[in-house]
Amino acid sequence: MSESILALYVFVLACFIGYYVIWGVTPSLHTPLVALTNAISGIVLVGALLVTGLEEAGFLASGMGFLAVLLASINVFGGFLVTHRMLSMFKKKK
Amino acid sequence: MDLTLTPNQQAIAYLVSAVLFIFALKGLTHPATARRGNLFGMLGMALAIGATLLGAEVQSYWGIAIAGSIGAVIGIVVALRIQMTAMPQLVAALHSFVGMAAVLVAIGTFINRHQAGTLNAVLMGELSAGIVIGAITFTGSVIAFAKLQGIMSGAPIKFAGQHALNALIAVATIALAVHFAMTGSVWALILMTLLAFVLGGTLIIPIGGADMPVVISLLNSYSGWAAAATGFTLHNNLLIIVGALVGFSGAILSYIMCRAMNRSIINVVFGGFGTDGSSADSAGAVAAEKGVKSASVEDAVYWMEDANKVIIVPGYGMAVAQAQHSLKEMMELLEARGVEVKFAIHPVAGRMPGHMNVLLAEADIPYDHVLEMDEINPEFQGADVALVVGANDVVNPAAKEDKTSPIYGMPILEAGKARQVYFLKRSMRPGYSGVDNLLFYQDNTSLIFGDAKDTIEGMASALKGGGH
Repeated sequence: MSESILALYVFVLACFIGYYVIWGVTPSLHTPLVALTNAISGIVLVGALLVTGLEEAGFLASGMGFLAVLLASINVFGGFLVTHRMLSMFKKKK
Repeated sequence: MDLTLTPNQQAIAYLVSAVLFIFALKGLTHPATARRGNLFGMLGMALAIGATLLGAEVQSYWGIAIAGSIGAVIGIVVALRIQMTAMPQLVAALHSFVGMAAVLVAIGTFINRHQAGTLNAVLMGELSAGIVIGAITFTGSVIAFAKLQGIMSGAPIKFAGQHALNALIAVATIALAVHFAMTGSVWALILMTLLAFVLGGTLIIPIGGADMPVVISLLNSYSGWAAAATGFTLHNNLLIIVGALVGFSGAILSYIMCRAMNRSIINVVFGGFGTDGSSADSAGAVAAEKGVKSASVEDAVYWMEDANKVIIVPGYGMAVAQAQHSLKEMMELLEARGVEVKFAIHPVAGRMPGHMNVLLAEADIPYDHVLEMDEINPEFQGADVALVVGANDVVNPAAKEDKTSPIYGMPILEAGKARQVYFLKRSMRPGYSGVDNLLFYQDNTSLIFGDAKDTIEGMASALKGGGH
């Protein structure tokens, strides 16, 4: 089995996890859900790090990696923080 | 001291990180566990970043440190300052960043692998997928942002042959991707990337402002698929897993939003439904002509102060008027008189999924007072007053009764079943669907014209002043 096929296995199984987990999310938290998934899709940061951090990376590739790291970090930091801010507002009756 | 992780150690760290992300999403099942869920997400992200930095592949750190710090500062400042009403715009902007980052990572990977001479057809196919999905996500989100921010009109932009043009661009993009994967032609890569950027724009411009809950959900989904495609190119299972989770999250939200409008996703994406609603008309005159009753703040207060139960139906108009804080004050005054106050939320109220819930939470309205459509609908029958604040189509009985109505079949909040219905409206203009609201002409319905915030403040002060 090639590496790409293995990746396909992981992908398809992860889709099923996604399907079942997301249906459990309460509708009142749909905005925080979008913000949180936004934050975790900042995981492309990992890809950006791999491109930028490569020692042999040329000027063009490291430039692109640099910009990608910047954009993805905005997502990661902004996304988690704004989700936290929103969730702190959801209170039960005192 | 050598801290470098072996590939296996790194893979284990990624696995733990993926599990933490699943727990993070699972936490959103209930508001009580949601904050812990977000914490799991942060932990998962920290672990993933740490494991990547300590891996053997990352060797130079300066660029990362600088770019990461700039991004972190921007992200933190924006997250702390953003108004809750502007959340849809923020989310659209963040989606565009994920899309652009995916494009940059894919092209950067191509350049690095080209240098190293380790390109192959499968890899280039995966790169193409990452670039195309990322680019569509980017421009699509930029357009969505511009529409939400009011930089661009929210009205759908339509022209003849639009769908044919989109189809043509899509086919050309795919053909270029195939050509690139087979030959590695840099020109094909550049052209494909540009066309995908164009396609993102042309796909989103025909969708109207009020369909934004679907657009936001769709772009959320795309940003996930973009991350997954990046995972395929880098053979990184963590990115694939997270991408699939996010992709499905957005897809399910899109489905829920479409179901709440009784429209298919195809209809929303290609339909160009809805207007900007920017036509101005004189409220009172038109109302009288059509046989609609208008009422004063005092009339409504008279009915509400001795009621057993009042149900408030907020819509996008509440967000525009920023009336949520005044609503909270009014709710407390009514509750002090022993009136039960509840809020009824339609799934597509506002400009993104769950928009109303966040605004009410911001105003400190406890979440157990805020109910979803299926929970609250049986309660309207027993309510004395339904107060509709800036909502329209979501309470229109035409959706149930009039088979010729464009909104026929859409599930609605049954506000009309309350003993008295008060609509807070700025003017007589119809909702975004352009459909006249049958509820206006019902005997138990009255309209109160004016700015929602002013009207509710008026109600609150009448409740304060007119004590028994």
